[in-house]
Amino acid sequence: MSSNICTPENLVYKKTSLLTDKVMHYCPGCGHGTIHRALMEVVDEMGLQDKTIGIAPVGCSVLAYDYMNIDMQEAAHGRAPAVATAIKRLMPEKFVFTYQGDGDLAAIGTAETIHCCNRGENILMVFVNNAIYGMTGGQMAPTTLEGMKTATSPYGRDVEKVGWPLRITEMVAQLNGVWSASRHTVHTPAAVMKLKKALKKGIEDSMAGKGTCFVEVCSSCNSGWKMSPVEANKWMAEHVLEYFVPGDIKVDGKMVR
Amino acid sequence: MAKFKGSIVVDKERCKGCGICVSICPNKTLGMSKEVNGKGYNFAVMVAEETCVGCASCGRICPDGVITVYRAKED
Ligand SMILES: Cc1ncc(C[n+]2csc(CCOP(=O)(O)OP(=O)(O)O)c2C)c(N)n1
Ligand code: SF4
Ligand code: SF4
Ligand code: SF4
Repeated sequence: MSSNICTPENLVYKKTSLLTDKVMHYCPGCGHGTIHRALMEVVDEMGLQDKTIGIAPVGCSVLAYDYMNIDMQEAAHGRAPAVATAIKRLMPEKFVFTYQGDGDLAAIGTAETIHCCNRGENILMVFVNNAIYGMTGGQMAPTTLEGMKTATSPYGRDVEKVGWPLRITEMVAQLNGVWSASRHTVHTPAAVMKLKKALKKGIEDSMAGKGTCFVEVCSSCNSGWKMSPVEANKWMAEHVLEYFVPGDIKVDGKMVR
Repeated sequence: MAKFKGSIVVDKERCKGCGICVSICPNKTLGMSKEVNGKGYNFAVMVAEETCVGCASCGRICPDGVITVYRAKED
């Protein structure tokens, strides 16, 4: 019987203690949960729990501070990079990160994002791009794909009227203050492992004072997209990643794309 | 070559029944329960226990972190 192998010496995977036992409020299958865990696993593996300060956004992940078992500070919508700047400058020995959605980072907070990156603040920015405003009911975001239906684009995003989906990661990568920029996903276990590697490098480099490290994670919002969680992951692989192509954009201060 | 035998434990009251673990398990070990948990969700269960190799893919992807994975060498 297999049940008798469930003993401590055979343990290969369990939830990190850097996630609290609080039940996350996210919809079933939401990518935020997987991204929270990937990030906390890396902080755990690097032994940085006491040295880490995260800045939570406004958006579905507004309660991230309830789930991540580290010091956190909530910021006003889009202002996480400004708050992170202050915290990192006051406590340069800490690992400081922001965790922000696309509405937060690429719409209302565009100015904070760009100027933080341009100043090269020594922080890690984790940018969760689910191509929609999840929290407020699935409105169109700057990152919504062309033709994609949302609550505020019921006939599909019309690029003639509202412009093209914004690739803000490619944009900030051009700034001298940005040390690294890459795009990841969490729709397969292999992708989660890749993301963890990028997060680890971002943590190391931002702590070494290299500049801003920017990690985008394309994530599903199955509620906003009006699909089942499994369909949403498939749709992401087929559509979102065609436009938001995963991989490195800037590595160690040099553009690679 | 040594073969591995795996097993998982799902915290069924915290499972939200999203089905993502079922969709990514390389060995089709997992399925959804017929009954529901306290929140009304069908939860993930092993439907073909003997096929699990303890690769931990399900644990790594579960959005709610409710899967614990075990693995032992088969002799
Ligand atoms: C100053 C301000 N403006 C608007 C809002 C309303 N609001 C809350 S969350 C949100 C968008 C969140 O979208 P995103 O950042 O993509 O995160 P998601 O919920 O998709 O994870 C908006 C517009 C607010 N809370 N504060
Ligand atoms: S609305 Fe979307 S982003 Fe928000 S919790 Fe639900 S699936 Fe996740
Ligand atoms: S550990 Fe691997 S084989 Fe076993 S159920 Fe999970 S994904 Fe399937
Ligand atoms: S991935 Fe997690 S929450 Fe989703 S069905 Fe599997 S065990 Fe449940």
